[in-house]
Amino acid sequence: MIYWQIFKTFFKIGLFNFGGGYPMISFIQNEVVFKHAWLSNAEFTDIVAVSQMTPGPVGINMATYTGYAASGDVWGSVAATAAVCLPSFVIMILITRYFLTHRQNASLQAAFTGLRPAIIGLIAAAALVLCDGENFVDWKSAAIFAVSFFLLFRLKLGPVKLILLAGAAGWLLY
Amino acid sequence: MKRLFFLFFIFFKIGLFTLGGGYAMLPLIEAEIVTKRGWINKKEFLDLTAMAQAAPGILAVNMAVFCGYKLCGFWGSVASALGAALPSFGIILAIALFFHNFRQNPTAARIFAGIRPAVVALIAVPVFTLWRSAGLSWKSAWVPALCALAVWKGRFSPAYIVLLAGLGGWLFCRREGQ
Repeated sequence: MIYWQIFKTFFKIGLFNFGGGYPMISFIQNEVVFKHAWLSNAEFTDIVAVSQMTPGPVGINMATYTGYAASGDVWGSVAATAAVCLPSFVIMILITRYFLTHRQNASLQAAFTGLRPAIIGLIAAAALVLCDGENFVDWKSAAIFAVSFFLLFRLKLGPVKLILLAGAAGWLLY
Repeated sequence: MKRLFFLFFIFFKIGLFTLGGGYAMLPLIEAEIVTKRGWINKKEFLDLTAMAQAAPGILAVNMAVFCGYKLCGFWGSVASALGAALPSFGIILAIALFFHNFRQNPTAARIFAGIRPAVVALIAVPVFTLWRSAGLSWKSAWVPALCALAVWKGRFSPAYIVLLAGLGGWLFCRREGQ
């Protein structure tokens, strides 16, 4: 049953994802592209682009879209979105209720000294996996990548403007 | 009841108008809940924000759940989480329904051929900016490098990486502390 599969997958992602939307790309990619092969790398890249451009939390955007693409209907979206929120829900209620006093919890701080560099590694892995023949078809793709990197890193361009510019470049170049 | 509706509405508004995810939402949530209405005081808000960032899951949902729970208990957190998630859900679903087949359209294909390499850059850049802000030394570069390699080439699940890295950090700090 595809919906149960989607629910389980996104529950796991919601439970283990630390550090926001970018590491979540690596989680979803690992499950949806590698493990279950619901989507190709290029389809997944398009979903990331759409999720960055539409308002709202990027994690919810990606879950809703991936759920739809994996199952082909609305119920896949419902399953994915509910599942990715459920762990947050339970954990945050427990934290708000019981753990407020342990705010500067030393063990948690200690765990994060290991987590922070690992999360950087996860984001790097997501980018590396996407460097394939589907996303880079010729030298023009490489040029778009290089210019985008410069615009984001040096000129601090926002993601929405970047995607709009890149879309225009694609339309002109291909 | 009025508060429940308010919570739903505030987070719905925040979910509808913020681009770029959880971090972009923090100042908006603060403006609505702390500054404008004074429902939660500033210090408590900062403490809970720190916890919401440290907890797993989606930051925006974490924030919605704690604000809702603080103000109206369980149903408050349900109302705020639904409010935060619904706009995204609706918009993306509409896009998915219309756009998913539209990808095959030749013009759309050209546009997306340009967007895909830019998305790769969009994901690559935070690696460097986070590296800088985390103040990582070159000596500890093996940690992200090894994690990236394990997921990229070894196809390890990121869940294992998170568990191992958290445990590793904890053990390392304990040894340093002694």
